[in-house]
Amino acid sequence: MQKKGRYGKYGGQYVSETLMSALIDLETAYGKIKKDREFVRELAAFQAEYAGRETPLTFCPNASDELGCRIYLKREDLVHGGSHKLNNTLGQALLAKRMGKKRLIAETGAGQHGVATAIVGAALGIPVEVYMGEVDTKRQALNVFRMELMGARVIPVTSGTRTLKDAINEALRDWVANVRETYYLIGSVVGPHPYPLMVRDFQSVIGKEARRQVMKKEGRLPDTIVACVGGGSNAMGIFYPFVKDDVELVGVEAGGEGIDTGKHSATLCAGEAGVLHGTLSYLLQDDDGQVLPTHSISAGLDYPGVGPEHSMLKDSGRVAYTAVNDPDVLDAFRFLSRKEGIIPALESAHAVAWVIKNADRFDRDDIVVINLSGRGDKDVAEVAAMQGRF
Amino acid sequence: MGRIEAVFSRRKKPAFIGFTVAGDPDKETCIRAAMALINGGTDILELGVPFSDPVADGPTIQKADERALAAGTKIDTVFDIVRELRKKTGVPIVFLAYYNMVYHRGIDRFYKEAHDAGVDGILIADMPVEESGDVYETARRYGIDPIFLITQTTSDERIKKIASRAHGYLYLVAVLGVTGVRDTVSSGAIDLLQRVRKQTAVPLALGFGISTPGHAKICAEAGADGIIVGSAIVDIVERNQGNPDTMVQDLKTYVEQMKKAL
Repeated sequence: MQKKGRYGKYGGQYVSETLMSALIDLETAYGKIKKDREFVRELAAFQAEYAGRETPLTFCPNASDELGCRIYLKREDLVHGGSHKLNNTLGQALLAKRMGKKRLIAETGAGQHGVATAIVGAALGIPVEVYMGEVDTKRQALNVFRMELMGARVIPVTSGTRTLKDAINEALRDWVANVRETYYLIGSVVGPHPYPLMVRDFQSVIGKEARRQVMKKEGRLPDTIVACVGGGSNAMGIFYPFVKDDVELVGVEAGGEGIDTGKHSATLCAGEAGVLHGTLSYLLQDDDGQVLPTHSISAGLDYPGVGPEHSMLKDSGRVAYTAVNDPDVLDAFRFLSRKEGIIPALESAHAVAWVIKNADRFDRDDIVVINLSGRGDKDVAEVAAMQGRF
Repeated sequence: MGRIEAVFSRRKKPAFIGFTVAGDPDKETCIRAAMALINGGTDILELGVPFSDPVADGPTIQKADERALAAGTKIDTVFDIVRELRKKTGVPIVFLAYYNMVYHRGIDRFYKEAHDAGVDGILIADMPVEESGDVYETARRYGIDPIFLITQTTSDERIKKIASRAHGYLYLVAVLGVTGVRDTVSSGAIDLLQRVRKQTAVPLALGFGISTPGHAKICAEAGADGIIVGSAIVDIVERNQGNPDTMVQDLKTYVEQMKKAL
């Protein structure tokens, strides 16, 4: 039998002793609400009336023509807040409220999870504090302002590499010190059990809808589903309901400036098993087990770890993990904007880039679903600056 | 009898357990600093194995880890430091590590090398008892004491489970939070000491936030078998990075004062 909180050999609960009671409480509380009809109804109502679900599965005629297959986008960019992140924060915040927690803390990279946490904090009346690497507060200044506008406090993190990894370190330190009143709302399928399970469950709404929608539109399952992978929550969300089907699943990591340059965040492509932030999973590390600095054009993928379930799916071969580099991502960002009038987040543009680069392998009738996990408005200023505008 | 057990069985007053980060600020100075702690009367030496992401530590020890890594400290360096110290002292040496350092090297290899170098105990900060199966068996095989943490949030049921695997001493965390100097010893720490005492005969050492002779006295009066001081020591190392002679003198004087209060 599979051990609790394990995905093959991966997963587990590698945390300091102070947090164990909190994880045990969380596991119990989540186990209860999962089967609670009232909770399920409450979450569904928020999803429909507040978040804007279900999101469309949009057929892209122009991109399909250009690339020679049938391309659909699962439009998580249309979820309130601009990304799939709200699917998870709604679920966890409603849980936190039931647990009587008085304060939410979160980490954020691109700022999308921070924004999604600020949203639920405002909507449910729970104070929110968000840890964000100082580097990211600068490259995603607009999201910092959005969080503050909704009443959240953003705490810039100046330790270590000043990006997402260090924001998680600081959030964990805060949680240890304030564990009785505080709920740590993790934004991806990472961290100690039960987080990877819980976040996957809340994000699976993406795949469940997509499955229903593609069956209705095409009368069959897609040939290929593509999603970007940082921590891996949007990918887990769309993959999970298809794992047992005959559907090709592709996870696209951030190749940055190229895996051979060392400046990338392609954990599954280039890492090895290790323990960070409470979980055993693939990890970018040096010969001594020190965690390596990462690079990606998209702050949301700039993370040296990855969800433990992805590690298992890589080892079993069920999901193909690959990487695309920054220049291809920028091309994809422009391609989708121009062809379809949809500006993708730089994170999601990784998935688009993979399809563009691999267009040759598809036939006209092949159905390819890309999880468009977020919209690119947050990235527009940075891309403009790269082009020497503003 | 292991070296750690011997310390507690022959002691007349609580043991002073001093912590410094291996390789901080560099290998040679660290060895001198560790010997200064021992010459001041440190009963057990804890050496932090520097890690890039020390989530259980506050800013003081994080910075020490960064200094050690910037000075080029590898795990091999850490074992070198232990071997050098073993030429000079029989004081028990305990590693404080994060699990990835152990896992990446290979659990068996890490514990074997630690044993061969002369390490007596290993505490892994992010290894709760539930995950400790492999590590526990390996530690016992090499005669290394697995040291566990107990905190104010640990339930009685889990204290029992942890105590059943405890060897050497149990590290009682005096505060809710990460390592770092604090003004007072919380009443929660004393309550915890009494709560754990009911469940085990293993020596109990209090750590996190303990820095002054006043704190030492409170812990001794509450019946602690030992106190653990980290950040206050690392502060002295940090302040005197450029001046190892003063560092050595200050560390020795500091430990002597703390010992007097116990």
